[in-house]
Amino acid sequence: MTNGLMLCQHDERRRNSFDAAAAKERCRRYRRRILDISRQVSALHVAPAFSCVEIVDSLYNGAMRRDSNGEYCDIFLMSKGHGCMIQYVVLEEQGILSRADLDAYCKPGGRLGAHPDYGTPGIAASTGSLGHGLGIAVGQAFAEKLKGSDARVYCVLSDGEFQEGSTWEAMMAAANLGLSNLVALMDNNDFSGLERISEGHKAFYPLLDKARAFGFSTAEVAGHDSAEIFAALDDDCSNDATPRPKLIVCRTTKGKGVSFMESVPIWHYRSPNSEEYAQALNEIENAP
Amino acid sequence: MRNRFADTFYELGREDERLCLVVADISPAGSIEKFRTKFPQRFVNTGVAEQIMIGMTAGMAQRGLRPFAYTIATFSLYRPFEMVRDDLCYQNLCVTVVGIGGGLTYSTLGATHHAQEDVAIACAIPNLTVIAPCDPAETEAATRWCATQEHGPVYLRLGKAGEPDFTSNAPQPWTFGKLRQIRPGADVCILTYGPIMKRAWAVAERLEAAGRSVAINSVHTLKPLDVSGLADALTQFPSVVVIEECAPTGGLAMQVKAIAFDIGARTRLFSFTLKDEFIHCYGSHDDILDAHGLSIEDMTRRILSE
Repeated sequence: MTNGLMLCQHDERRRNSFDAAAAKERCRRYRRRILDISRQVSALHVAPAFSCVEIVDSLYNGAMRRDSNGEYCDIFLMSKGHGCMIQYVVLEEQGILSRADLDAYCKPGGRLGAHPDYGTPGIAASTGSLGHGLGIAVGQAFAEKLKGSDARVYCVLSDGEFQEGSTWEAMMAAANLGLSNLVALMDNNDFSGLERISEGHKAFYPLLDKARAFGFSTAEVAGHDSAEIFAALDDDCSNDATPRPKLIVCRTTKGKGVSFMESVPIWHYRSPNSEEYAQALNEIENAP
Repeated sequence: MRNRFADTFYELGREDERLCLVVADISPAGSIEKFRTKFPQRFVNTGVAEQIMIGMTAGMAQRGLRPFAYTIATFSLYRPFEMVRDDLCYQNLCVTVVGIGGGLTYSTLGATHHAQEDVAIACAIPNLTVIAPCDPAETEAATRWCATQEHGPVYLRLGKAGEPDFTSNAPQPWTFGKLRQIRPGADVCILTYGPIMKRAWAVAERLEAAGRSVAINSVHTLKPLDVSGLADALTQFPSVVVIEECAPTGGLAMQVKAIAFDIGARTRLFSFTLKDEFIHCYGSHDDILDAHGLSIEDMTRRILSE
């Protein structure tokens, strides 16, 4: 075995052209599938997943490039591990995880738990404890640069993770290292476990100023508007004088798509009963 | 040890361009500076930020690099503990976390800089290999092993600079995971690791002067522990002595006692560890070891008195 760095060679990278109407139907499908699985287990983190459906879809079905074999050459890292249900259903649709994998979610013998696990197909890191993902993503982006590959690392974080000091250590390091191949997306639903961040932690805002002060280029988008997210992802800041990592703050609603779940803390963990399930399904099916 | 580590790492880094060094604002001692100057693209200083130091090495390893994280032991293991546990050990990545100044090395800096329970804590984490060389030669062997192994994460616990040589002429070579006899003897077997080897050696000399034939084993690999090698020592020697610069709970002494119980050993077993205390005492490394009850005289007297 050679000790030389293994260069990723992707001759032909393909990026999907983005169709907002198709994205809407995909996201509807993803929410429905998550709801279905929520009937099998008592704790599913439905609301944190619904919060970032459009974000994750815009990455897997938009920004992330594939090689000529159809394999992703860009990296997706779910730092907010509790939102992994949306990643699982996307990976299922892509054939990277199987239907049987998702049917065995959180069951003995299954390989998918309530937080993503490194080693599972499609999973770039084990997360679940908050404030770890961006640091790992920094290391991945640094490695790709050192190897001379042009792979990008996309890291989805909860806003709560930006209360962790470790996230700001990672922000500072990413900028110091000029990691222009790193894009962080914040799922800014304004809810931590206990309360609204804007009410309990007023100094948390403004966000963009903080990120810019830490050397990031920034964008703020409506986090359930796929076209807006994709446009922000598509702007690769290649005209910047200094290479910089990027933070896209996505303004979202926790539990998006089901009225009784939206911004109601209990749905961080709970699964719906039959009546609730029927109503939720109805709302998702009939959403414009 | 610090310098030999840096020299060895520099040599290895010339051959293997996957090797990277990530430090958290540690002052560049000797050859570390050489690596930094020669391979600036593979040297990262995260600043006073240990969580990202460990976190980013995880990502680097996942993408094919061979990172070493390097700073003072308390800051490489305690400060970013959850990153060591989750990012490195849970994901089982080949990253070496180097802790310099293991034990009470930084004797004048107070307990904030004393890694006095590092080995016990490190041994408790699944997947983490724990290696504590006793001198520069063992440091070189261990560093070479860490740079080429495929097991997973390693905590490499070093002293600082100026440790004497104990093992260049040892009858056995350094082998990962194996007890290493560095001094032959028949009556008493001393088990020890790390910079406190100097005291173990001094105790051996005193015991020899009192007519005992004393063997010393370097237990450089604390995890995985060489259980059969330790069981053999407990079976073959009438007296076994553990000397370690680590808190009493969870260190080598406790594990040796457990093995002795498991095999029904009939040997006389002495254990000398740090106290389960923060001692507010400043002075040389020797001064503070004395304050923990590990003076050469006290240890020798106790062994001879029973």
